[in-house]
Amino acid sequence: MTVLSDVTVPARAPYSATLKAGQTMRIIDLESQQAVDALFYNAHDTTERYSAQDTLAAQAAAGQKFYLETGAVLLSNEGRAMLTITADTCGFHDTCAGACSCESNTVRFGHETKFMHACRENFLIELGKYGLGKRDLVSNVNFFMNVPIRPDGELTVDDGVSEPGGYVDLRAEMDLLVLISNCPQVNNPCNGFTPTPIRIIVSE
Amino acid sequence: MLDLDHLTPEQYRARYVALQEAARARAAAVAAVPPDAAIPERAILKRESIPPGWYVALRLARGDAIRINNPTGTPGAALFLWNADDVSERYNAGDTAKLQWTTNFAAGRVLFSDMGRVLAAITADSGAGHDTILGPNTPAQTGAGRNGRDNLRLAAAKFGLTRRDLGPAISLFSSVRTDAEGRFHYKGAPPAGAMVELRAEMNLLLALSNTPHALAPPVATGPIDYAIYHAGPSELCRNFSEEAVRGFENTEAFFA
Repeated sequence: MTVLSDVTVPARAPYSATLKAGQTMRIIDLESQQAVDALFYNAHDTTERYSAQDTLAAQAAAGQKFYLETGAVLLSNEGRAMLTITADTCGFHDTCAGACSCESNTVRFGHETKFMHACRENFLIELGKYGLGKRDLVSNVNFFMNVPIRPDGELTVDDGVSEPGGYVDLRAEMDLLVLISNCPQVNNPCNGFTPTPIRIIVSE
Repeated sequence: MLDLDHLTPEQYRARYVALQEAARARAAAVAAVPPDAAIPERAILKRESIPPGWYVALRLARGDAIRINNPTGTPGAALFLWNADDVSERYNAGDTAKLQWTTNFAAGRVLFSDMGRVLAAITADSGAGHDTILGPNTPAQTGAGRNGRDNLRLAAAKFGLTRRDLGPAISLFSSVRTDAEGRFHYKGAPPAGAMVELRAEMNLLLALSNTPHALAPPVATGPIDYAIYHAGPSELCRNFSEEAVRGFENTEAFFA
């Protein structure tokens, strides 16, 4: 294994990188209970992108669950494998709830939260670097984020279950553009109400 | 004044728990709301029957309602929506679930855009269930057969849009539950005569496909009929929850 990059992403900050097929990205939740929002695009045609519904429909057909764990294959909107979760210390990564935005925060937490930092602001900043924009935002993966869907249909955000130093390994199955928002949200428990730094290591 | 960037974790949690408790109380009080009556024939602006496997691309003006009927109980109808005045604003499945704290969609609930605005309100519903976690079927289920993903792309294309303009959709007439272990369970086809009515709260482009849910048998078994007419605002939806109120306030600000 050769480490190609090793960066610490500050609390609340965005990050992006390209991955070649076969390379692995490790995302480390340094201090615990830190949600990490992520989006994935085919590096050669960004209109092929991560599809939460394709991914979960395949899991459902295989008798699997509404969240992502080791062995999960993340599919594109063409039903093709983009990444595989090859290792995971957490066991629970959400892909139902999407990313927070200033606008959705006003609905969810009150109009007074409009001028607070949000993941979609981070994503838009990173997307802009690649000539992409809001049309390219789709439902994402929320690593280390605990979003139960209860048998009565309730969908909520609960306290995270990741431990300090917990990590998830993602192996790229195609050449990818990866966008990360180290989630700044403090109005729900996804970051333990205190956003913290994460570390991202790319290796091959 | 409340400094939201510098509350203590305990203060943030207290705000969150209060919102969660209100949402749970509201969810416990949801009832089915069938339409008041047949739409007077002269009020209907447009009506059509979508054959199994086909789709329509429609424009709805703010204040138009679309009543969608499933006379034979075909297992699902795929739906996606755009703001006709700015197509970068579109249906957002994650927000629609998260902002209403639920995956159960019935009368009173609303469909949110990515901009915190109410695109459409569910003004009446027979209670068949609608799923936006797994959504419409795709070639993974249908092979070369007609499917929801491709039909929504075809409808999008009729507005000059591409797959870039689509995100997770909603499958109407589709009941899915998760069990305590987190596994999905598809509850089977809806009853014959199932219906849902959506009122456009913004000017909309709408893609509606007569194709099943991702977990249903892959071939549609009967028509999906719709009728569009002008409808007054729904007090039920406007005041359904504090989140709905704020969503409508955001929509009203867009048109102010």
